[in-house]
Amino acid sequence: MELFERTIHDLHDMLTKGETTSEAITESVLARIAAVDDKVKAYITVTADAARQQAKDADKRRKAGDHASPLLGIPLAIKDNMCTEGIATTCASKILKNFIPPYDATVVSRLKQAGAVICGKPNMDEFAMGSSTENSGFFATKNPWDLSRIPGGSSGGSAAAVAAGECIGSLGSDTGGSIRQPAACCGVVGLKPTYGRVSRFGLVAFASSLDQIGPITKDVTDTALIMNAIAGHDPRDSTSANIFMPDLTKALKKDLQGMKIGLPKEYFIEGMDPGVDKAVKAAMQTLKGLGATLVEVSLPHTDYAVATYYILATSEASSNLARYDGIKYGFRAEGAKDLLDLYMKSRSQGFGPEVKRRIMLGTYALSAGYYDAYYKKGQQARTLIKKDFEEAFKVCDVIATPTAPTAAFKIGEKSSDPLQMYLSDIFTISVNLAGIPGISIPCGFTGENLPVGLQLLGNHFDEEAILRAAFAYEQATEWHTKRPKL
Amino acid sequence: MNITKQEVEHVARLARLELSEQEKDRLTEQLSGILTYVEKLNELTTTGVEPTAHVLDISNVMRDDLPHESLSQEQALANAPDKTAGHFRVPLIIE
Repeated sequence: MELFERTIHDLHDMLTKGETTSEAITESVLARIAAVDDKVKAYITVTADAARQQAKDADKRRKAGDHASPLLGIPLAIKDNMCTEGIATTCASKILKNFIPPYDATVVSRLKQAGAVICGKPNMDEFAMGSSTENSGFFATKNPWDLSRIPGGSSGGSAAAVAAGECIGSLGSDTGGSIRQPAACCGVVGLKPTYGRVSRFGLVAFASSLDQIGPITKDVTDTALIMNAIAGHDPRDSTSANIFMPDLTKALKKDLQGMKIGLPKEYFIEGMDPGVDKAVKAAMQTLKGLGATLVEVSLPHTDYAVATYYILATSEASSNLARYDGIKYGFRAEGAKDLLDLYMKSRSQGFGPEVKRRIMLGTYALSAGYYDAYYKKGQQARTLIKKDFEEAFKVCDVIATPTAPTAAFKIGEKSSDPLQMYLSDIFTISVNLAGIPGISIPCGFTGENLPVGLQLLGNHFDEEAILRAAFAYEQATEWHTKRPKL
Repeated sequence: MNITKQEVEHVARLARLELSEQEKDRLTEQLSGILTYVEKLNELTTTGVEPTAHVLDISNVMRDDLPHESLSQEQALANAPDKTAGHFRVPLIIE
């Protein structure tokens, strides 16, 4: 097995035993990027020189007897909406094409402290707005399992890079499913932590009450290792929760005795891909076989989640994206006749169509006369959706659902119809509205050999329960070991 | 709900976006479609339901007002598309 194919915990064992070096791992990953990224197009920026230097430093630290950090010397990729000091952070937008942050996001500085090697900045939908990475302002990323299909989105580059071996693990961000859905499409593991669990300082804001950073990895143990490094209170993010963060590797146990897993009847809908339905239902039986009790639960407001989300997320986005004015940083249009014209031209030339559409929708929802009908109504619907989960978690510990209604669709298939694209997030969006944690893990393949994701949801700050269920399932199956041929 | 082209023009002005005629036509159609879908929320009875702005029970996070290191003027201006004498440079505002 090549080094780039291995997991974080596997490589950490090898490094600790002196069987390899971070330099060797980093070279293996960089060579893999050179070999396959022309096809996959996972990266906007590859930071080869900086990665080589960080790998040398990591090897030095290890020689000096520092073996403690499981991420020491491990090449990771950081979605291009998280600030990296001195390295372009574009959000896949022309408006930020030349933006070089003067500071690191908290997650980046924590990964650096843990000794991780940053190998590059993966592609995404512009400003994280999309479910296919087709909305990147630069180019579309391809699904490593089938290059004619989308890798999911918005963290499509981060998920494709992990699946293709172009990094060992990565960070994504999830506002309505943007970690979990691409993880499902690419056959890897993706965790959206509880809102407030991971600092958003240095994450370029899309919808601040929904955005959350999390890991995308090859298996559940690696997710726990990255979470241990990045999670926890940060005084620089006022929405960061000052609450105990347990060692998540301790939650990884092989049986599910005593665990109650809820199956929401609203998530098994008509129009679902039969291959997805079959794989997810088989996964439920595996969970039962591991000792879990399956109980039916109801999340009656599920059907309103997409509508609620597209009011609230676009409203927040229209406000957050007001900062791009062509003055302080980012793209400035030529030939403006006055200041207002400069704002108008810079924004119109800098933003892509989906970003403009969402700014327009959000501005409309917040505009005079419509606020109560849309924004307030959306916030009230959000309360009802949140209460659905509170009720469900009175009778179960974890909720299991499909991550998405279909496997990866064809490039171009949904790009002309924004509403159809929005509906591909139907199973992931409620989780952000409620602020609870959710993980997607590989649970099989469709008839077309495309990966299927199983989504496991937990109560607020109970990442331990979903990681325990995910790990037990993973240990009982081999889906997480499958990799695409490229 | 159908939104008119005039409303699209009004909202675009509020959002500081300059749209081409083609963009205006497309957005009139697409926003009408999305808003019609969103009207689904009117099926919900929300009388007396508290709005949720934020899921965590956190408000007014304060810190001590102590001076600390911040970006230098040079760093703060490093990404500016146009700058002069330590300032952001913009087109003439007042004649």
